[in-house]
Amino acid sequence: MKRQRNESSEVWPRMTRRAVLLGTAQIGLMGVLGWRMKQLQVDQADEFKLLAEENRVNMRLIPPARGLIFDRNGVPLATNEPVYRIVIVREAAGEPREALARLAAVMPLEPEAIDRTLEEMDRVASFVPVTVKDRVSWDDVARVTANAPALPGITAEVGLSRHYPHGPDTAHVVGYVGPVSDYDLSLMEDPDPLFQIPKFQFGKTGVEAKLEDQLRGKAGAQRIEVNSVGRVMRELSRDEGDKGTDVQLTIDAGLQAFVEARLAGESAACVVIDCASGDLLAVGNAPSFDPNLFVRGISVADWTALNENIYRPLAAKAVQGAYPPGSTFKIVTGLAALEAGVIDPEETVWCGGYTEVSGTKFHCWKSGGHGNVNFNDSLKYSCDCYYYEVGQRVGIDAIAAMAKRLGVGIRHNVPMSAVAEGVAPDRAWKTAQYDDDWRVGDTVNASIGQGYVLASPLQLAVMVARVATGREVIPRLVKTIAGVEQPSGAGASLGINENSLRRARASMFDVVNHERGTAHKSRIATDGMEMAGKTGTSQVRRITPEERARGVTSNADLPWNRRDHALWVDFAPYNNPRVAVAVVVEHGSGGSTAAAPIGRDVTLQALYGTFPPLEAYPSDARDTAAAMQERVRAIMEGRPLPTEAGPEGSRA
Amino acid sequence: MSYLEYQVKFVPSGLKKLLYLNWPLVLLVTAVSCMGFIMLYSIAGGRIEIWSEPQIQRFGLGFLLMMAVALIPIWFWRGSSWIAYLVSIGLLVLVELIGEVGMGAQRWIDIGPLRLQPSEVAKITLVMALAAYYDWLPPRRVSNPIWLIPPLLLILVPVALVLAQPNLGTAVLILGTGGAVMWCAGVHWAYFATVFGAIGGAVYAVFETRGTPWQFLHDYQYRRIDTFLDPSQDPLGAGYNITQAKIALGSGGWTGKGFMQGTQSRLNFLPEKHTDFIFNTLAEEFGFMGSITLLALYGLILLFLFHAAMQCRDRFSSLLITGIGVSFFLLFCVNMLMVMGLAPVVGVPLPLVSYGGSQLLVLLIAFGLVQSAHVHRPR
Repeated sequence: MKRQRNESSEVWPRMTRRAVLLGTAQIGLMGVLGWRMKQLQVDQADEFKLLAEENRVNMRLIPPARGLIFDRNGVPLATNEPVYRIVIVREAAGEPREALARLAAVMPLEPEAIDRTLEEMDRVASFVPVTVKDRVSWDDVARVTANAPALPGITAEVGLSRHYPHGPDTAHVVGYVGPVSDYDLSLMEDPDPLFQIPKFQFGKTGVEAKLEDQLRGKAGAQRIEVNSVGRVMRELSRDEGDKGTDVQLTIDAGLQAFVEARLAGESAACVVIDCASGDLLAVGNAPSFDPNLFVRGISVADWTALNENIYRPLAAKAVQGAYPPGSTFKIVTGLAALEAGVIDPEETVWCGGYTEVSGTKFHCWKSGGHGNVNFNDSLKYSCDCYYYEVGQRVGIDAIAAMAKRLGVGIRHNVPMSAVAEGVAPDRAWKTAQYDDDWRVGDTVNASIGQGYVLASPLQLAVMVARVATGREVIPRLVKTIAGVEQPSGAGASLGINENSLRRARASMFDVVNHERGTAHKSRIATDGMEMAGKTGTSQVRRITPEERARGVTSNADLPWNRRDHALWVDFAPYNNPRVAVAVVVEHGSGGSTAAAPIGRDVTLQALYGTFPPLEAYPSDARDTAAAMQERVRAIMEGRPLPTEAGPEGSRA
Repeated sequence: MSYLEYQVKFVPSGLKKLLYLNWPLVLLVTAVSCMGFIMLYSIAGGRIEIWSEPQIQRFGLGFLLMMAVALIPIWFWRGSSWIAYLVSIGLLVLVELIGEVGMGAQRWIDIGPLRLQPSEVAKITLVMALAAYYDWLPPRRVSNPIWLIPPLLLILVPVALVLAQPNLGTAVLILGTGGAVMWCAGVHWAYFATVFGAIGGAVYAVFETRGTPWQFLHDYQYRRIDTFLDPSQDPLGAGYNITQAKIALGSGGWTGKGFMQGTQSRLNFLPEKHTDFIFNTLAEEFGFMGSITLLALYGLILLFLFHAAMQCRDRFSSLLITGIGVSFFLLFCVNMLMVMGLAPVVGVPLPLVSYGGSQLLVLLIAFGLVQSAHVHRPR
């Protein structure tokens, strides 16, 4: 290992040069490292901070308590009721099968529930709670809680679920909530994050659906820190959210229950409206259904039964149903004619049982005819020929305009599902709808509320209320939201000549109170509460000339769904109108026999605020009224019915 | 330099040697190690006994070893180079036969409380052997092809053994370290150019033949490369670790989230947070200021090593110090490139900071060698 000194001195400069080159490379690479640090930690820091927060922070939504729904007197119609579920956490419970066996010893537990729970526990992390059983009874909760020391990892959790204390009585008005489905979500443009909570309840129909945004409230949020496997480390912040807004309806729960009970057994609808304010005091639909079934998730059997019932319990007929208004529409035609001045109220029109228009015979319901009838007689006797004549004189466009002024053929802004617009036909409407010219026969049909004319019970009630007050009464279903009174539906004056209105009201008074009026049997006997009304019987089938020749088939001989609809509208008291009522009994055969008695009972109930004394009925009707009241009381109290004679008797 | 020359010139002796230690280097090494202790304390959630305390104990042992090595004259170490090299090769063979496999296929031998990773040892003994070889070889023969064979064998034997473990990361580090020593010894640059050219050509060929029947790698190997190049392709699979590592680093920002406030590491989003990815925790909690400080400390260590190498007038000492410096540089450089998403994850720890016994001990002994050369250089 001997080397010359000169040799090494030769090597050194090269060594140094190489070392410097190496050092330079190292400095270069360290520059890359420093540049990368700056890039990640300074330039892109915000982006990565966000990602780190997303990693670590989970938002858990706290569902707000849904706003309650009350009737006009503060009676709850929709409440939130605590529901309990039993949950198990695997890491705390030990061997899952044994833990569930211990639980099954304490409370009833189906083998399927155990299997499903075990399956789910296999899928989720050991710290995730798994629901063993939902909607358990309070007794089971008590048993589980009492045995808590023996049941580690098993707890009862409480949540809120919607409950409708009045069940079927308010089903169509209040509607119901149900769990959000993917289909529901697909319809929303910007769904509330709350809808991501599994089984979150939201309004599906009725007020629940229409006022969903107010009732739902604002989601609370819990910000929690989770680790990389999702275990909750701690709560970072908690915002309880805002409870949903309480809503008060104009419905009177007592009257509503009466109406539903009174309609029981029929396929019918009834609307009671406050003439002064437009408040809907009752919106009855029969038959109804129990909305609580839908909250829990309706069984296939229940659903099939509701869907296949020919009385269509799910339909809110009072607002959805569009029926030919029949003779009740004569009020519209008559007022249109009086307003247009095409007929003098005292002028008479000859009714010979039919009118011939362009070669077609249009029959009056009374085959023998009414003889000479003036305006008052025409409504009192419900003469068709009179209206065939004045209808042609005034023309369809004026009739349609009057109908819309009185609230028929326009969609009322009521927060219920599928509110019908009805049809007040005019020339333009037929052209648009059928691409066909309006014919004079169409006018003749429309003038007695047949043909193209369609109205919902709600519209008929509004119509009567407007006639009774001369004001543009607007139906109102929501009284207050969050305690704030909603605009009244009293409305401004309709601008219809007061004399015309007085004539119409007086004629309606005679319909009920004149001994030859079509609804004389359904009058109110109490002084100062006299009712004014109008019957209607609308055909759902065409009567052929051959049938006419051999005699019109009696309704009783027809199958149910081919019988005429029975309609009734009224307001009372005559001198100081407080309530207006519309009744439609589907295929009820005759307005005076099937609908008017219901109308009177409902009107009396609304005026008295309770069961009226029997003295309110004419003396010959008191026995049937007593039977009716007994029957309705039984239904309202859930007792077995006394006899089946009551309603049939009152109809005869 | 010969022994005679050491005798002629002034060389400190006895405890006086302590005064001639390269104290800045000692302080820098201690400072970086302390950063490691602090980070290990933080990652353990404020508990010292999990990682920090064993690390401090090992550092204490390593520090004593470093001092002991420093006080033994450099010519003793030069004379022991061959024996040290052969022993480390023997250990590599032994670990292949009886070693235990741990995470990342790193093999070790259990010696009492210590887990010895022979690949770490081999890196330093290779530098010693190469330095001794070039100290012995007359400079005019350095670039002679015949005389290139022994150093290449010296390098390739441990590389092959480490590759067989398989531990690609360490093999690359050994290769780089050996190459750097040969470069400094003055091997003609044309050889290096040829090697780099060949590597470049091979990489080009690998990518160019992809999708053809004669492609070089298996499809899954190509996919791994894809994942490395773009971790977002596979955010929950192989790319998950590196994505989370980058989030940890980047979310630190300028000043960091604060001591023990690193959410990515504390909530286990960060993998291997106390070993290979410890830098990300540091960067997350102390931000850009913290990470650039660590880089600066590493830079200063390199600077002092370079300075020490230039001060040594004998070939063995300066090649030894240079080699150790390159080895140290490659460790932190590859680790940082890896955790910042610029290099594939190959399992290289951050020197002096990452938790791990043998790595720390071997590094401290290597710094002891540097000190020995520094103290015993003739003045």
